[in-house]
Amino acid sequence: MSEGAKRAIEVEGLVKEFKKGPRAVDGIDLHVDEGEIYGFLGPNGAGKSTTVLMLTTLLPPTGGIARVGGFDIATSGGKVRELIGAALQEAALDPYLSGSEHMRLQTALHGVPKPERKALGAELLERVGLSEAADRTVRGYSGGMKRRLDLALALVHSPRILFLDEPTTGLDPQSRSALWAEVERLSREDGMTVFLTTQYLEEADALADRVGIIDQGKIVAEGTPDALKAEIGEATVEAIPSDPEQRGRLVEVLCRFSDADGELGGDERNGAVAVRLAKGNDGLAGVIRALDGEGISLSHLQLHEPTLDDVFLEKTGRKLEGAGDDEEDGEGAPA
Amino acid sequence: MNARSRSVAGAVAWRSVHNFLTNPALFFPAVIFPLFFFAAFAGGLSNIGNVPGFDYPNGYTAFQFGFVLLQAAAFGGVFTGFGIAADFESGFGRRMMLAAPNRLAIIAGYSAAALVRAGIISALLFGIALLVGMDLSAGAADLVAMIVLALLVNLAAGLWGAGIALRFRSLQAGPLMQTPVFLVLFLAPVYVPLDLLTSWIHTVASINPITPIIEAVRSLIAGEPEYVGIAFLIGIVLTLLFGLWAVRGMHKAEAAGG
Amino acid sequence: MTGQLERTYEVARRSFVRAWRQPATVIPSITFPLMLLAVNAAGLNSATKIPGFPTDSYISFALAVPFLQGAIFALLNSGTDLARDAETGFLQRLALSPLSGSALLAGTLGGVLAIAILQTVTYLGVGLAAGAEFEAGLAGIPILFALALTIQFAFGCIGTYFALRVPSAEAMQSMFPVFFIFLFFSSGSLPRDLIAQDWFRTIATINPVSYLIEGIRSLFITGIDGEALGLAFGISIALGAIFLSAAAVALRSRLVRT
Repeated sequence: MSEGAKRAIEVEGLVKEFKKGPRAVDGIDLHVDEGEIYGFLGPNGAGKSTTVLMLTTLLPPTGGIARVGGFDIATSGGKVRELIGAALQEAALDPYLSGSEHMRLQTALHGVPKPERKALGAELLERVGLSEAADRTVRGYSGGMKRRLDLALALVHSPRILFLDEPTTGLDPQSRSALWAEVERLSREDGMTVFLTTQYLEEADALADRVGIIDQGKIVAEGTPDALKAEIGEATVEAIPSDPEQRGRLVEVLCRFSDADGELGGDERNGAVAVRLAKGNDGLAGVIRALDGEGISLSHLQLHEPTLDDVFLEKTGRKLEGAGDDEEDGEGAPA
Repeated sequence: MNARSRSVAGAVAWRSVHNFLTNPALFFPAVIFPLFFFAAFAGGLSNIGNVPGFDYPNGYTAFQFGFVLLQAAAFGGVFTGFGIAADFESGFGRRMMLAAPNRLAIIAGYSAAALVRAGIISALLFGIALLVGMDLSAGAADLVAMIVLALLVNLAAGLWGAGIALRFRSLQAGPLMQTPVFLVLFLAPVYVPLDLLTSWIHTVASINPITPIIEAVRSLIAGEPEYVGIAFLIGIVLTLLFGLWAVRGMHKAEAAGG
Repeated sequence: MTGQLERTYEVARRSFVRAWRQPATVIPSITFPLMLLAVNAAGLNSATKIPGFPTDSYISFALAVPFLQGAIFALLNSGTDLARDAETGFLQRLALSPLSGSALLAGTLGGVLAIAILQTVTYLGVGLAAGAEFEAGLAGIPILFALALTIQFAFGCIGTYFALRVPSAEAMQSMFPVFFIFLFFSSGSLPRDLIAQDWFRTIATINPVSYLIEGIRSLFITGIDGEALGLAFGISIALGAIFLSAAAVALRSRLVRT
C-alpha cells in the first residue's frame, strides 16, 4: 500500500471564510493515520468545529483540499459519508423518541438490513451502557447518557473514521472517563480512526496519539503530546525556604541542578525560587538530597511538568484555558 | 403602602411599561390584535345588524366596539400574567423578591403597568373607531364610566394571570391563563345581543359575569346607560377576588423561593 | 428507490410518533377549533335569518372552519418540530445519512397527514353529532377526506418552508397569529355575498382561504358542487406545489452537504 493510502484524513491548505467575519479556518494542513486518535485542541472560536463540519461534508470549504478515507470532501461527499460517523457538538437527539427508537431510525436511514436492525441497535446500546434506558424517551436522559447515545448512533454503520466534536463538554468526571474508555477501545480494538476536537488539555493528553493545536484558524503546533511538551523543555521546580534569609543559598543549590538558563524567577515577595531542571523529573531526588545536605528547610516545594497549555502559551503568548472566552464565535453553522 | 413599597411598585411598573413601549415585539401585537379583531368582527359581520330583532341604535360597528374594547382589556391583563411568568422563569422574579421588603408591591407594580398599557390601547382603539365612523352617543361621564369598566376588566384579568403565573412560574402556564379568559369572553353576547341568543349559549351567557359588563359598555356607547351599577359591582368583586388569588400566588412563590 | 421509500416511511413514522407524544400540541389542534365552533355556531345562529343565507343550520355552514384551523395548527406544529430539528442539529444527523432531501420532505409531510386523518374524523364526527347536515352524502365522504388532506398537505408545505427558512421554534410559534389573520379575513363567518362591507368582501374574495373553506362547506350545505370543489382542490394543490418547491430549495441550503 502506498503511504497515502494509510492516511485516513489528509488536509492541505483548508480554508473556510464566512461572508461576515474573519477566516474561521485559515489554511490548515494536517494528516491522520488509520487507526490513530488525533486530538484537535484549541480554545473556543479557534476553528475546531468549523474544521469538523468541513471534513464531515456538512460545510463546503472555501479553499484547499481535504480527503477523508481517500475521497475528496468537496466532490465525493456521498462516499465520505459512507465511511464516517460523527457525534457533533450538540448531541443531536429527538427528546420525544426513546434510545431504541433512535436506533431504529438510524439503522433504517443507513440501510442496515431490516432483520439485523433490532439486534444491532440493542448491541450498540449495550456497548455504551444504555440497555436499561433504551425504552425511555431521551427527554429523561442525563447529559452523559445523551452523549453516549450520540456516540452509539454514530457507530451504526460501522464507520472507519469517527469524528467527535467536544464529546465530553459539560459532562461530569465519571461520564467523561467512561466516554474516554469507549473511544480508546474503538481505536485500539476496532482499529477505528478517531478525529477528536476538545478544549480540555487532559483529554487531548489522555486520549490522543497525536495532537494538533489550533488557534484563530491556524495550526500552531502538531505532534505527539510528549514531543510537544518536550519542545518547551524539562520540568521546573519551585521552592520557598522556611527561613527567608536562606533564599540566596537556596538559589545557589537549585542552580546546580538547572540547565544553562539558571533561575527562572519565582515570586520574590514570598521568597520563591524557580529553576528548570536539567534532568527533568529525574533531578528532583538529587535536589532534595542536596537541600537536606545543606540544611536548607523548605516551606514549599513543587514540581511543575510542562503541559499543552504551556505549549499553547509558548506558541501564541496566551494561555489555552480562557483563551477563547473573549473571542467572537467563529465556529460555524453555515450562514 | 409605605414609601419603600411605593418605590418598588413604581420601579416594577416603570420597567414593564418601558419594555412595552420600546420593544416592538411586545408593542405591536398588543396594539394590532385588538384592531384586527375589531376589523374582522365589525367589518366581516356587519350584516348581522340586519338580523330581525337586532335593534342596537348605534349600528353594528359600535356594537362590536363595545366587545372589542373589553376583549383588548382582558387579553391585555393576561399579557401581564405572561410577563410575570417569563420574569419568574428567567430568575428575574427572584431578584425582585430579594429587593422588595413587601412583595405585594411587585403585584401592584405589574398591575399599574397593565393599566397604563390598557389605557394606551383603549385610546388607540377609540381613535381608530371614531376615524372609521363609529356612531358614539356617549357623554363625558359615559366615556369615563366605559374606560373605568375596561380598566377594571384589565385589572381583574391581570390579577387572574398573575395568580397563575406566580403559582407555576413558567410560560408553559400560558394556556391556563388564556383559555378561561377566552371562554368567559366568548360565552357571552359577542356577535348579537343577549335576547337574540338561543339554546345553551343563551343560558350560559345569562349567568356569565362578563355579560352585564359588555351590555353596560354597549349601553354607554349608545348614551343610554343600563346595567352600569351591576357591571361596576361585578368588576370590583372580580378584582378583589382575583387580587386575593394573586396575593396567595405570591405567598406560594415566596415559599418556593421564587 | 426502495431504500428511499423505506427511509421516507421511517421519517414519517418519527414525525407521527413525535406529534403523538406531544399531547399539549396535538389535543388543542383538535379541541380548540371545536370549542370555537361551538361558541361561534351558537352565538351566530341568528345569522341564518339574514335574507339569502344559504342554510338554516349555522353549524353546517361553519363546520368547514375547523378544518382550516386544524390545518393551521398542523402547519405550526410540524414547522416547529422541523425548526427544532434544525436548531438542535438533528437535521445535521439526517444530513450525514443517505436520506435524500425529498425523502425527508415526504416523510415530514407524511407525519402531518397522519394527524390530519385524525382531525378530519373528529371534526366530521363531532359536527354530525351536533346536528350538522352533510348534503353530499356517502359519496361526499371520500371527497371530504381527499380535500381535507390536500389542504393539510398544502399547509404542511407552508410550515415546512418557513421552518427551513427561519429555523427557530420560537419564531414559528410567533407566526401563529399571522396565519389566523387569513382565516378571519375570509368567508368563514358569512357567505361572501352577504358580507356588507365592500373592503372586507374584497379581501375575502382575494383570500385563497375563502375558497378552501367554501369547498369544504359546499359538501355540508350544497352537495357535490363541482365549481366550489374544483377551486378548493386547485388552490390547495397550487399552494402545495409552490411551497413544496420553495421548501425543497430552502432544504438544500439548510441540509448542506457536499
